[in-house]
Amino acid sequence: MKQTARRSYALHFAVIAALFLLQYLLPPYHLGTFTRIMVYAVLAIGYNILFGYTGLMSLGHAMFFAAGAYGAGLSVHWLGFGPIAALLAGIASAFVVSVLAGFVVLRVSGVAFLIVTLMLAQAAFLATLYFNTITLGDQGIVLALRPVEIAGSAFALSDPVVKYNVALAAFAPALFFSLWLLRSPFGRILIAVRENEARTRLLGYNTFLYRFWALVISGTMSGLAGALYCLLFGYVGSSFASLQYSTLPLLYTLLGGTGVTLGPFVGTAIMYYLIDISSGFTSSYMIIVGLALLVITLWFPDGLAGQVRRLFKRRAA
Amino acid sequence: MITAPALLLALMEGAVGAAVLALTALGLSLVFGVMRVINIAHGEFVMLGAIIAWWCSAELLGAHPVLGFLVALVLAPLLVGLVAIAADWLVLRRINYDPERTIVATMGLLYIIQQSVLMLYGPDARPVEPPFYFRVQLPWFGYSGYKLIVIALALALLGATWLILSKSRIGLYMRATRLDSETAQAFGVPVRRIYAIVFALGAMLAAVSGVLIAPMRQAHYLMGTDPLLLSFIVVIVGGLGNLRGTLLAAALIGIGEGMISVLFSPTLAKMIATLLVALVLVVRPGGLVRETAS
Repeated sequence: MKQTARRSYALHFAVIAALFLLQYLLPPYHLGTFTRIMVYAVLAIGYNILFGYTGLMSLGHAMFFAAGAYGAGLSVHWLGFGPIAALLAGIASAFVVSVLAGFVVLRVSGVAFLIVTLMLAQAAFLATLYFNTITLGDQGIVLALRPVEIAGSAFALSDPVVKYNVALAAFAPALFFSLWLLRSPFGRILIAVRENEARTRLLGYNTFLYRFWALVISGTMSGLAGALYCLLFGYVGSSFASLQYSTLPLLYTLLGGTGVTLGPFVGTAIMYYLIDISSGFTSSYMIIVGLALLVITLWFPDGLAGQVRRLFKRRAA
Repeated sequence: MITAPALLLALMEGAVGAAVLALTALGLSLVFGVMRVINIAHGEFVMLGAIIAWWCSAELLGAHPVLGFLVALVLAPLLVGLVAIAADWLVLRRINYDPERTIVATMGLLYIIQQSVLMLYGPDARPVEPPFYFRVQLPWFGYSGYKLIVIALALALLGATWLILSKSRIGLYMRATRLDSETAQAFGVPVRRIYAIVFALGAMLAAVSGVLIAPMRQAHYLMGTDPLLLSFIVVIVGGLGNLRGTLLAAALIGIGEGMISVLFSPTLAKMIATLLVALVLVVRPGGLVRETAS
């Protein structure tokens, strides 16, 4: 058990180290792509904590993503916050939204959970359109950001290398946090809730509380991704709350493998490149998302990482 | 200041919306009730109906809008029904109608249908000519005769669906499958075939409502989202899979949504409706309308 833990941490550390070294090898275009992949991977890791570990399929994570993005973007635009303060504001606003949403959505489960999260996210999307005097609706806000000052030297967020490292600096802790969470007693109980909620409750655990915190952690982490995205690319608009930002993390997680800590990152990277490449051929490139969803459900229900892991297990046995 | 004529106009707009919404939502509710499948691609069937309506009125015959409209009313449900049967046969059957996996699969279908239409039809919203421009003159304002026809047609179709469900053998099979598919199968009901038929029937209802709304709005490849969300709302408020509740909720929400849209703002109307659903699901998970033994 201890050995597998060490091996698992080593593997994740190697991935982070490889990503750090990659910035010296990648051409500029792919540097930008990987920056986005890491930000989206944070969203997917957050999604996986709820879906993969706790077994709650949400169709409303766009709401948390947008809460983070608007928390950061609006505080820069209207209150003149610096990037770091704005990031914290984004995380805080996602946390508040997650707590409020948790009280509503966790009263139902199964199919109803899916629909309630979808509906809340849709209401949030419509709210960003309705209050367009503050949010500027689907036109959105382009942000003018001050450079980040750390230890006397200033880093401009418009510099691609700075962007890459900021994204990595958020992605690495998110990845290790999710790994640590999965192995902690808390994470074990989340899995127990996923496998058999009634029995877990019978054993004396307050399953509502566990699901609640899973949702809050998941939502806040998705909000972190939103805030990062907004700050790194200097824009926030209604599209951040659209259905697409709810379905994409689901797809990333399913493709990579649910309940596998590296799954969301693997899924995000592959899917991002698939979409990116196919958008060179046709304007209806989102068809690749549909095809991927079908292929996964029909033939790879465990996702790629799950498939690989099963292959290793079979060889080890 | 809201005047009485404005209120009447809003009410009529709401009634048109409610009639079309009832058709769409009935399809979704039927599929959920019998198959326990949440069809995320349901709105795309509406969109396909509208696109076919555009094609019939603008391309196929070119000349006569009434003929185009009538052809679309037959052709759209046929074609969309075939798409649905193909989807059932190629996808849903293979994953054994597992609830979570069908959601992901139908989400995939949503993107595939929507993006294929974008590829073939293009990104433009195109107007569809109504079959006629006849106006009913009221003392305060003239009202589109087409919209009144839409209400009548929708009611007729709802009645026909109800007749099929309650009087025909296939309707009996559907009701039996809905109550308990295993027992139904044991009694010789061809459950698999019933699933395919129900999925097609649900899609056909959506397609017809697509044909009906096309002349009032426009045909656009992204138009499926609104009917999907609204019919979700209706199906939940009416109680998942409860057909009578679905119709009642469609009337309530369609009229309410239409009125708030006309009097205040469409965005506000949709926002209130979506929040209403979240509340209903949380406070009364069974829906507002209690299921009666039928």
